[in-house]
Amino acid sequence: MDRQILTKLNALRRARQAAILATDLSGGPDRLIIEGDAVESPLADAVASVFRSGKSSAVEIGGQSLFLNVHLPPPHIVIIGAVHISQVLAQMAGLAGFDIRIIDPRTAFATPERFDGVDLIADWPVDVLKERPLDAYTALVAVTHDPKIDDFPIAEALKVGCFYVGALGSRKTHASRLERLKHEGLTDADLARIHAPIGLPIGASSPAEIAVAILAEIIAALRGRDVSSPKGDKR
Amino acid sequence: MTNIPESLDPLVIAEEWSSAGRTVALATVVDTWGSAPRPTGSHLVIDGEGNFHGSVSGGCVEGAVITEALDVIESGKARMLEFGVADETAWRVGLSCGGRIRVYVERLN
Repeated sequence: MDRQILTKLNALRRARQAAILATDLSGGPDRLIIEGDAVESPLADAVASVFRSGKSSAVEIGGQSLFLNVHLPPPHIVIIGAVHISQVLAQMAGLAGFDIRIIDPRTAFATPERFDGVDLIADWPVDVLKERPLDAYTALVAVTHDPKIDDFPIAEALKVGCFYVGALGSRKTHASRLERLKHEGLTDADLARIHAPIGLPIGASSPAEIAVAILAEIIAALRGRDVSSPKGDKR
Repeated sequence: MTNIPESLDPLVIAEEWSSAGRTVALATVVDTWGSAPRPTGSHLVIDGEGNFHGSVSGGCVEGAVITEALDVIESGKARMLEFGVADETAWRVGLSCGGRIRVYVERLN
């Protein structure tokens, strides 16, 4: 492998960009393919399939033996709302291998005492997401109940194609949320991707049980992604 | 989607070692059959002195891979290694779990 290619690959991985390193197993030069790059056929099909499945594999193309090693960004969970559910969800999600970030402009909620060791930002999502944008490998969990705080990140998550978008709230609250988001120019198909009420229907009642229901739904969305579409989970 | 800390990430370590002037080989699992312990794409990074990081088999065949990697560093010629169940292969080492893996070993140039 070429050192420069390795350096570039590591930079892409740090920047959370999906990439495939194609190694020519007969000793030819390596090739780095970034998600979205134009790739010639018949390699294009194999590349697309490996990006979608996330499974690296050896392929024979035009008599050439290639190993396609895929590097997908590790999944993030961004939680809007430093509430009781978030305290438990942050711990559980960490155990399950997710990176967690919590955003809440309400400084009474977003205190380090309540969120020891968690990446917590006491600021408005509209400002935070400018600095640290959402991406396709992020799950967004909106649990403040407050449209002023939740609506913007939900709309952003749908626009960038977060693999999971969940929002807390009764069916009535959610219906009025959909009305507001429609005015933001989101389509019915976009809005249908919101998981609301949030979490798998397991009859959860305590904050910890609700956190389990949410985390399970995020994992189901991640592992059951509609891989034929670059954008989003299937429902 | 792996989520390992940078300090334990074989590709990050390979870059660091190489920048520090150490000779480096990279071993990659390119095929697995049966109950292989590590998935395709897993890496082991080895330097010219036999120091290593990462895993291609969870410990079963690392020793043999490291020996081969030292030759690859020396010659600069990449090699494909195959490991099956212990005793059934030409190798003294093998995978006790009953799987089979193919490991590509190359020098970082």
